[in-house]
Amino acid sequence: MRISNHYQEQRQFFSRAVIAAGIVFITLCVIAGRLYQLQVVEHSHFKTLSQDNRLKLEPIPPVRGLIYDRKGRLLANNRPAFNLEIIPEQVPNLDQTIDQLSKLITLSERDIDRFDSLRKRSRRFESLPIRVNLSDEDAAKFSVESHRFPGVGVRAHLLREYPYGDISAHVLGYVGRISLKDIEKLDEANYSGTTHVGKIGLERSYEDTLHGTVGNQQVEVNSVGRIARIVKQEAPVNGQDIHLHLDIDLQKIAIDSLGEFNGAVIAMDVIDGGILAMASNPSFDPNLFVEGISTKEYSALQQDENRPLYDRALKGVYPPGSTVKPFVGLAGLETGSIHYHDNIYCPGHFKLPNHSHKYRDWKKTGHGAMDLKGAITQSCDVYYYKLASDMGVDSLSKYLEQFGFGEKTGIDLIGEASGILPSRDWKRAARNQPWYAGETVIMGIGQGYFLTSPLQLATATAAFANKGDRLTPRLVKNMTDAKNNSELTVDAEHHPVSISNKRNWTEVHYAMVNVTEGKRGTAKRIRTPLYRIAGKTGTAQVFSVKQNEEYDEEKIAKKFRDHALFVAYAPADAPQIAVAVIVENGGHGGSTAAPIARKLMDAYLLPKLGMSLNQSTKIPAGFILGEE
Amino acid sequence: MGFSRDLTPSNPNKRQGSLAHLHIDLPLLLGILALCVFGLGILYSASGGDLGQIYRQLIRFGLAFFVMVIVAQINPYTLQRWAPWIYGLGVLLLIGVLLFGDIGKGAQRWLNLGVFKFQPSEMVKLAVPLMIAWYLAKQPLPPKLKPIALTFILIAIPVGLIAKQPDLGTSLLVGSAGIFALFLAGISWRFIITFFGLAAAAAPAVWINMHNYQKQRVLTFLDPEKDPLGAGYHIIQSKISIGSGGLFGKGWFNGTQSQLDFLPERHTDFIFAVLSEEFGLVGVLLLLSLYLFVILRGLYIASQAQETFGRLLAGSLILVFFVYLFVNTGMVSGLLPVVGVPLPLVSYGGTSLVTLMAGFGILMSIHTHRKLLPR
Repeated sequence: MRISNHYQEQRQFFSRAVIAAGIVFITLCVIAGRLYQLQVVEHSHFKTLSQDNRLKLEPIPPVRGLIYDRKGRLLANNRPAFNLEIIPEQVPNLDQTIDQLSKLITLSERDIDRFDSLRKRSRRFESLPIRVNLSDEDAAKFSVESHRFPGVGVRAHLLREYPYGDISAHVLGYVGRISLKDIEKLDEANYSGTTHVGKIGLERSYEDTLHGTVGNQQVEVNSVGRIARIVKQEAPVNGQDIHLHLDIDLQKIAIDSLGEFNGAVIAMDVIDGGILAMASNPSFDPNLFVEGISTKEYSALQQDENRPLYDRALKGVYPPGSTVKPFVGLAGLETGSIHYHDNIYCPGHFKLPNHSHKYRDWKKTGHGAMDLKGAITQSCDVYYYKLASDMGVDSLSKYLEQFGFGEKTGIDLIGEASGILPSRDWKRAARNQPWYAGETVIMGIGQGYFLTSPLQLATATAAFANKGDRLTPRLVKNMTDAKNNSELTVDAEHHPVSISNKRNWTEVHYAMVNVTEGKRGTAKRIRTPLYRIAGKTGTAQVFSVKQNEEYDEEKIAKKFRDHALFVAYAPADAPQIAVAVIVENGGHGGSTAAPIARKLMDAYLLPKLGMSLNQSTKIPAGFILGEE
Repeated sequence: MGFSRDLTPSNPNKRQGSLAHLHIDLPLLLGILALCVFGLGILYSASGGDLGQIYRQLIRFGLAFFVMVIVAQINPYTLQRWAPWIYGLGVLLLIGVLLFGDIGKGAQRWLNLGVFKFQPSEMVKLAVPLMIAWYLAKQPLPPKLKPIALTFILIAIPVGLIAKQPDLGTSLLVGSAGIFALFLAGISWRFIITFFGLAAAAAPAVWINMHNYQKQRVLTFLDPEKDPLGAGYHIIQSKISIGSGGLFGKGWFNGTQSQLDFLPERHTDFIFAVLSEEFGLVGVLLLLSLYLFVILRGLYIASQAQETFGRLLAGSLILVFFVYLFVNTGMVSGLLPVVGVPLPLVSYGGTSLVTLMAGFGILMSIHTHRKLLPR
């Protein structure tokens, strides 16, 4: 310590502190002087202004944009609805009024509670809803008796409505009342007149587009604050309408054909990446959320073991199973690990050199000698065990990455799953473990750590159908700006997959056509004479069978049954639509998942090919030989 | 008010009050309490008689007082040791906010830590005075050119990061904290004059090189009344509230401007206008006197500190408190442009309250730990 300086420093500080105190005092005097000027000198001027202060700025909320499907059908609408509202100040006896109202119109305890809590937060001259969404009958009942209720009135406003309910629920999402949590994220000025905000789905992802910009009006109010006249108005900019690639007919077919099964279906336009259908079953009624869902209804949805609120198409991840074989096959050909004419002998199981563990084929007796075509058509596991093992995890993972596995597709919807594309690096990072050779083997048939979302499977299938041009899936086709009527088009992004030899692609493609067209194809039941389908079935194990046990569907409870998968595109010669189907606990891909894909393709393609839906052939039911 | 020419500290043993072992300074505590009570009274009216808001504010006061008492227990030596670490952590968190922060109301200020949200710029309000006091205390005072330049860099980093969020009000408070420490450290008048001279000289050059839309922005910023439906609406209504209050005010709960909803943000940034309307010039002067008392007591505590670190820290903290007061009242009365700074200890809200009280905790600690410091 510099003792000699200490005293001097303290003196220096003291003088500066005195100066600071002086500045503080002078500044406060300036403030006080300003207040003297306002409150004493100019008091009469401001007093007049305050007495005349009748001009108030009120927000005018914009009208939320509508959502249409690809054929212009309205999926999200704004419906006029009636609220019963009370202006507390104008009601002589509030309790008595509410009591009498409840004799006329049913008021639940919740209605009254909500009204009470609103009343505490609002000014006495504000109009507060006591019952939302009055039926026409109730509104009529009230208007007859309205003279008995001063200060009570029916007020119209717009309420979001989803005419297709559960069919479009997961894609559109829903709007709900703005919560305290929402407020933190919103621009308060722009939402000053708005009551609802998009909570999930497209309603949330496109919130900014749909909401628009708030307007305002300067109104003249009387001494107690009621509006007497509108002085000046700045109209709001209404939200933009959104037009989707989605076809609500396909969406309905997807949901209906899943029926009692949990699962997801995605149909994608191969050429522009548009999502034609994106269904998750079971679903829920989004209209419940618009005016506030009751706790009972909400907990019923939450506790349902089939999880209707969970969007399986976007957020669910499943082992891709054998649906990954065409991609693995192409990887093998492109990396030069195998030639399409090369045969691999399938004895019904596969062993790594110097290991005793048997990796079993689904067909116990084995497929015999298999080339690439046969191995895809009949879904031979041993072929892919060997191929994956020869290729090694590094090249396999690197090639599959190009199809978008293991990363988000970039769809215009918030919250999608990224799945897992296993690799050495991934395992090191996620599990802090080295990679084992056996894990490469099962990766070849889409098992092990491999997880994909239905959306990723559809995107990858469309990319394959498109000869390696992977498009970012898009729900929104364009947005119409109401102000200048211009259409804002949303273009897909391209992510090319490297295919050095076209013949490699063609071989895999023919093999996939053979899955539906071939005598031993695993999905031959969905064959149609009207156009050709290229596809691949798959099953994903839900629980693993021990080395010496056999999988017996009959003995296993439904919830442990395998998931059925199917990916496909059609028409095979000039693909337009790609489909991915996952049926949870559906058993075989060929028997439960593939027919759903066929139905969607019929509905989409037949009109385009100049045929009617009646021409579509029946899909045979039951077990067919050759199925995986 | 409490300024003593006697620079040797009084015998600490004589000062043993009932609160001394808790490291609480009674005059400062009373001043703060008076302001809080005054504030609650205005808030009750500004909220339209909503007891819920009063309870929530009381809970915040409770929490903030708790923090103050805890901080007051920390020895200034410990604070001095921690200072660079607290500063470093604060700057890191600010960078974190820009990279990962939550966007609330169009600005990025919050860091979501899972269980709760945290606003690092509040922590920096304390970290900057700590750091500057720590740094300058190691220099021979008054500081030479090189330490002054370094101090400016230390101030500029967090101020720049906060301005980028963007949060003009907080960056102003943080920046002034550092400048005050420099001023109190005895930086020469020649330098101060040169600094302001240079700033004034640079202004026209900056103005000429600005884009038109930027100039427009500055103009509306300086004169909000050009935009009577936007930012100017606040100021116009606020001035009417204050002016119509007159000498004695319209009475509690009788301010038409605030009760009829003409005055925006009446329980937060513009609560001073509610006070002016309902209690008039007399009420306002009473409040300003309370503030003056707290500030002078703070400066007294600073001048009584035995170490340079404590002096600079205490001085700059209490002067930042003054800046809060000045910027808010200046804004509400239309003297200064609109900058979002609350009226300290009175405005509704808890974030800055905790920081302010932690600052008072530091002041109390500096004052009450004097006996522990060896001479």
